[in-house]
Amino acid sequence: MARAISNQKKIMNTAVAGTLGFLMFFPILWILILSFKTEEDAIRAPLEVLFGSGWSINGYLEVNARSDYFKFFMNSVIISVGSTILGLVIAVPAAWSMAFVPAKRTKDVLMWMLSTKMLPPVGVLIPIYLICIQFDILDSRAMLVFVLMMINLPIIIWMLYTYFKEIPVEILEAARMDGASLREEIIYVLTPMAIPGIASTILLNIILAWNEAFWTLNLTAAKAAPLTAFIASYSSPEGLFYAKLSAASIMAIAPILIMGWFSQKQLVRGLTFGAVK
Amino acid sequence: MSTKASRTAARLMISPAIILLLGWMIVPLTMTLYFSFLRYNLLQPGSTPFVGWENYYWFFTDPSFSAAMFNTLILVGGVLTFTTIGGICFALLLDRQMFGTGIIRILVIAPFFVMPTVSGLVWKNMFMNPVNGIFAAIANGLGLEPIDFFGSIPLASIIFIVSWMWLPFATLILLTALQSLDQEQMEAAEMDGARWIDQFWHLILPHLARAVTVVILIQTIFLLSIFAEILVTTNGGPGTATTNLTYLVYVSSLLQFDVGLGSAGGVVAIILANIVAIFLMRMIGKNLDA
Repeated sequence: MARAISNQKKIMNTAVAGTLGFLMFFPILWILILSFKTEEDAIRAPLEVLFGSGWSINGYLEVNARSDYFKFFMNSVIISVGSTILGLVIAVPAAWSMAFVPAKRTKDVLMWMLSTKMLPPVGVLIPIYLICIQFDILDSRAMLVFVLMMINLPIIIWMLYTYFKEIPVEILEAARMDGASLREEIIYVLTPMAIPGIASTILLNIILAWNEAFWTLNLTAAKAAPLTAFIASYSSPEGLFYAKLSAASIMAIAPILIMGWFSQKQLVRGLTFGAVK
Repeated sequence: MSTKASRTAARLMISPAIILLLGWMIVPLTMTLYFSFLRYNLLQPGSTPFVGWENYYWFFTDPSFSAAMFNTLILVGGVLTFTTIGGICFALLLDRQMFGTGIIRILVIAPFFVMPTVSGLVWKNMFMNPVNGIFAAIANGLGLEPIDFFGSIPLASIIFIVSWMWLPFATLILLTALQSLDQEQMEAAEMDGARWIDQFWHLILPHLARAVTVVILIQTIFLLSIFAEILVTTNGGPGTATTNLTYLVYVSSLLQFDVGLGSAGGVVAIILANIVAIFLMRMIGKNLDA
């Protein structure tokens, strides 16, 4: 990595990798372009779309005017942020206790928590669905917040655990020697050091919850539906409007794309459970 | 370091997580298992008699079951092949020195953050549509007959879309693993006159073996549950051509309201996922000791 190579070689590498990057990103770029076209222009041949048509923000305006886009957006925000906060409230103490006061069985507990993540959602879909009908909480945001929190709890605990593990125990011991109580120890010593870890956990979890499409599609109808379900409503042939679909898609993925770029490194850590470093 | 008081506190702090996860696991699992032995259809309210293995019998003899199993295996296997081989190539390329590393990496990784319903619909309409799609335009430009992707090769089309979404994941993990490769070893090999292919085969690939295994196992867990991409593109069709196990259970329980049959399918899905999970857990467990 550190070896110097000739500029010529570097340019070659850039060209090859850049082409690949462009191809991977192209679908996103393409809907970004289509989203700024009128409906008539958006279905023209690709070259005409690129060079023979003007720009328009009608797609965005109509998505907002016709379908109450803001409601779906807010549902996505509430569900992903809500499930993340709820998850943290439960996971921070659990990860703290496993990282700093390990017991004989801590490793087993950690592995067991992880194993709950391996449960295929379709295996528990029917009971959850029937429970929702029974208590009349199908299509409720609170229910989705809870379900997504449970789905991602193992990942949150696991990530926090690996971050907490990196904090040197000696610092905590020193604080304790100086007479800090458990509460003070957590608030004044541990938290400041753990903030980067907690922040990346939050970021990754919001991304996962935002894009979650199995439970959000199956447990919602009109009231609590987030953006995943809103976009799915464009799948009917009569709903096929390229410019509007593009505009809605761009609005749905943009916030997460930006967050995702900031959390590349944490992604590896969070999704491989520390198995790849 | 732990005192008795702090140990008690620790127990208290971990118990909410344990109780919730235990409940989340046991309650629905027991219910699924229980329902799978009942004749239970939401459209026929009234008694739900115990029928033993009947649901399993119907599920396994239903022709759509063998189709769903086959589709699940092809879908998972196809995506794994594309993403692993592609991921290794991408990682090797991105690991080289170049200009604008950050930007290029961002472009490659972006598809992973696109929600499944968006990628399904965008590929289906803007690219694979036989009339308006970009692929059709390219085919026409070359004087070829445009392919009706979801009509003639529906499963391959879904494999393609899902691979696009998961290739960044494989690339990112393999790239991370690649960056911990011992450079001195590589330089030594180079000085000894090893060809690139030898270096790849004897140094790089063995180093990546572990990461590749992790990529395969984790992706398998997620890929077994592919749902939204199928829902928005083909609805499992034409016929059962793109119905995987997850989608079949969804159809029999939420569309046909056959709770018993759907539950039997759910149990099959759990068993399938568990076989993969056992291997994955072993690998993660080993790393925890180290």
